[in-house]
Amino acid sequence: MWAYIVRRILATIPVMAVVALFVFSLLYLAPGDPAAVIAGDQATPEDVERIRASLGLDRPYLVRFGEWVWNIARGDLGISIFTNLPVSTMIAQRVEPTLSLCLVTLLLAISVAVPLGVVAAWKQGTLIDRAVMGFAVLGFSVPVFVVGYLLAYVFALELDWFPVQGYTPFSEGFLPWIENLVLPAIALGAVYIALIARITRATMLEVLSQDYIRTARAKGANQASILFLHALKNAAVPIVTVVGIGLALLIGGAVVTESVFAIPGLGRLTVDAILRRDYPVIQGVVLLFSFVYVLVNLLIDLLYTLFDPRIRY
Amino acid sequence: MITRRTALGAGAALALPGVATGQGAQRLLRFVPQSNLASLDPVWSTAVLVRNHGLMVWDTLYGLDSQFRAQPQMAEGHEVSSDGLTWVIRLREGLRFHDGAPVMPQDCVASIRRWSKRDVLGQRLDALADEIAPRGDREIVIRLKKPWPGLAWAMGKPSANICAIMPARLAATDPFAQVGEAIGSGPFRFRQDLFRPGDVAIYERFDGYRPRDEAPDFLAGGKQVHFDRVEWRILPDPSTAYGALQRNEVDWWEAPLADLLPRLQRDRDIVVDLINEAGNLGVLRFNFLHPPFDKLEVRRAILPALDQRAFMDAAIGTDRSLSRVPAGVFTPGTPLATTEGLEPLTGPRDLAAAQRALGESGYRGERVVMMSATDLPVLQNLSEVAADLLRRIGFNVDMPAMDWGTQIQRRTNRGPVEQGGWSVFCTTWEGLDVSVPGSHQPLRGHGAQAWSGWPTMPRLEALREEWFDAPDQAAEKAIAARIQRVAMEEVPFIPLGLVLPRQAYRRHLSGVVKGGPALFWGVRRA
Repeated sequence: MWAYIVRRILATIPVMAVVALFVFSLLYLAPGDPAAVIAGDQATPEDVERIRASLGLDRPYLVRFGEWVWNIARGDLGISIFTNLPVSTMIAQRVEPTLSLCLVTLLLAISVAVPLGVVAAWKQGTLIDRAVMGFAVLGFSVPVFVVGYLLAYVFALELDWFPVQGYTPFSEGFLPWIENLVLPAIALGAVYIALIARITRATMLEVLSQDYIRTARAKGANQASILFLHALKNAAVPIVTVVGIGLALLIGGAVVTESVFAIPGLGRLTVDAILRRDYPVIQGVVLLFSFVYVLVNLLIDLLYTLFDPRIRY
Repeated sequence: MITRRTALGAGAALALPGVATGQGAQRLLRFVPQSNLASLDPVWSTAVLVRNHGLMVWDTLYGLDSQFRAQPQMAEGHEVSSDGLTWVIRLREGLRFHDGAPVMPQDCVASIRRWSKRDVLGQRLDALADEIAPRGDREIVIRLKKPWPGLAWAMGKPSANICAIMPARLAATDPFAQVGEAIGSGPFRFRQDLFRPGDVAIYERFDGYRPRDEAPDFLAGGKQVHFDRVEWRILPDPSTAYGALQRNEVDWWEAPLADLLPRLQRDRDIVVDLINEAGNLGVLRFNFLHPPFDKLEVRRAILPALDQRAFMDAAIGTDRSLSRVPAGVFTPGTPLATTEGLEPLTGPRDLAAAQRALGESGYRGERVVMMSATDLPVLQNLSEVAADLLRRIGFNVDMPAMDWGTQIQRRTNRGPVEQGGWSVFCTTWEGLDVSVPGSHQPLRGHGAQAWSGWPTMPRLEALREEWFDAPDQAAEKAIAARIQRVAMEEVPFIPLGLVLPRQAYRRHLSGVVKGGPALFWGVRRA
């Protein structure tokens, strides 16, 4: 097991290297120039060139890439072209809001979607099943920002229950922290709930038709025990897989959600950096996202062993 | 009625002994700027928001009053020699930087020198100055090769780049690199340690600031600060900003969408106000290096059909109070604005005449690439109207979608459209920038050195030089009228009208200083 974990962690190195090469090359080839953005409307091409030179952007591709990789290898993600702040500092400032949003969304999604999926499978073909699946289709279809605006309008502007925007750090108290996250988590979680609920239902339907479920019923096990102890545990592997895959959805959705609710997280940092062509920040954030994604996949693989003893690494 | 929010708030207050008290809130101003504050050096960056930040942190030797006249600010006053070649500027007593060091003439000299490498009027000073030197503890001596009556105006203008006075050690930074610290002598101290780009920028009242005794008058007069702390909260989404203002989560929103103004105006707790009275001048700019707009006849062909009102309606809506037409080449409402020579834009609009003129111009159907930044609604709307107009006149228009970052880079491409170049674009200029010939970049005609488009128009350059030497405002006005005539003949750009964007703030604010950008002195909580 430990050897497997070490092997998987080591395997992330070539993955990250490919991501690094890809991100750097893409930004190099993409249109846009931070020097032109800095120089602004009035600048002459000579001004732009001088700024570009002062930022080191006039150096050859390989020199810049080599320097960047060397710095990353030493744990230095570079300095933001615009703010002059270390990229690691900017990321550190933004990690907590995004982490909080993702965590609350994840908890909300799992705690809502799994029971919904289980109940839908149990009551297959009934009104409840149709209602759950209808909700799932809605969750998939309505864009995150539309859900966000609707929630903000109803629960913040009309009912005055929650703030419209902002983020309060956890260190300032649980209530202010959660108060700022409720609406964004619901908005972001809608699609995630839909995805998990559908997979849970489909997997549960398959499991509920197995012989050992019939055996459990024959032995007199009650419905709750059949659903949540016997069936759900055996349906867990595909659900956990989807939860992991859905993390990409969560990260993508966080970009939009953070903009709608003005949460100062990594998503907004990424968008701002892309709009300004702040290359070191974009590269740093994308690398971080990739790293997190790889780690989550590893975690999911390890979780399989908990749910299915037959799986061994 | 006890709402859930009240209960939560009470819970939070119990849980948190450190929450802001009512009195603390009284001393805090929460402001939503028009975009994200990304960098901090107003000499290095030309971004409007960096300039606004700069006006809080850095003081200037001169400041414009509401009549756009230069008045001493850090300067106590100045003397100009009888031949107009030597300026001696004397500093006010007791000026200090935020790090506690006194403001010395050496700091001013270093700051002026750095500014003179970047700003358009600063570069004129750079070319004209024989010497810029400190004298004693309070004086700066500037010796010029030829008289320049507008020197104080140049050093006091608020348009980018401002002549920010910073400590000499910071002003020694390469003008093309960013200073590392935001230390000035302005009325607000920037809390760089709390700065979270894209989220919040925090300013605290600088207790060591000594405002002038006069009442505040735009950038002149006493910069009396009535808040201990000003927080710029970056809210990129207009709907969110609207909700935050409505719920009193913020006090002041700098750039509400025109679409939301009617709703804001109906709210009795919110004031919708015209603060930047100089507005923003819409501009249609051509590339003079390549067909078809290298031909004068082609550029002129557009004039008979161009309807400024249509552009303004698209830019900011049909409420006539939000824009101003006709607009000439100088900002309407400013001293040099005139209607002389503006007939090509003010007569009856005639599409057929434009089509005829284009047919006779020698235009051969070349592809016209119109650049448009889809992430900036006003510019995008102006571009849509322009593209439609050009198509109706008979141009073969291609309008590729791009964001602002891409557009501003593509603008530097001097090649033909086949090599990634461009033909035409729409933008807006801050009204104060284009209110006088000196800082009016779209009017420059010095070829390769000119603003994007690079026209060569010696007549405009000669008139600009004449304006610098003008002895009084009457002479300036006469020159401005001649400039406008020449501009309508040679068409370096076409003015599209003046956008007068509104700002919105909670009614509990009073004393908002008007004239240009959002300023944070004078304003107080009622």
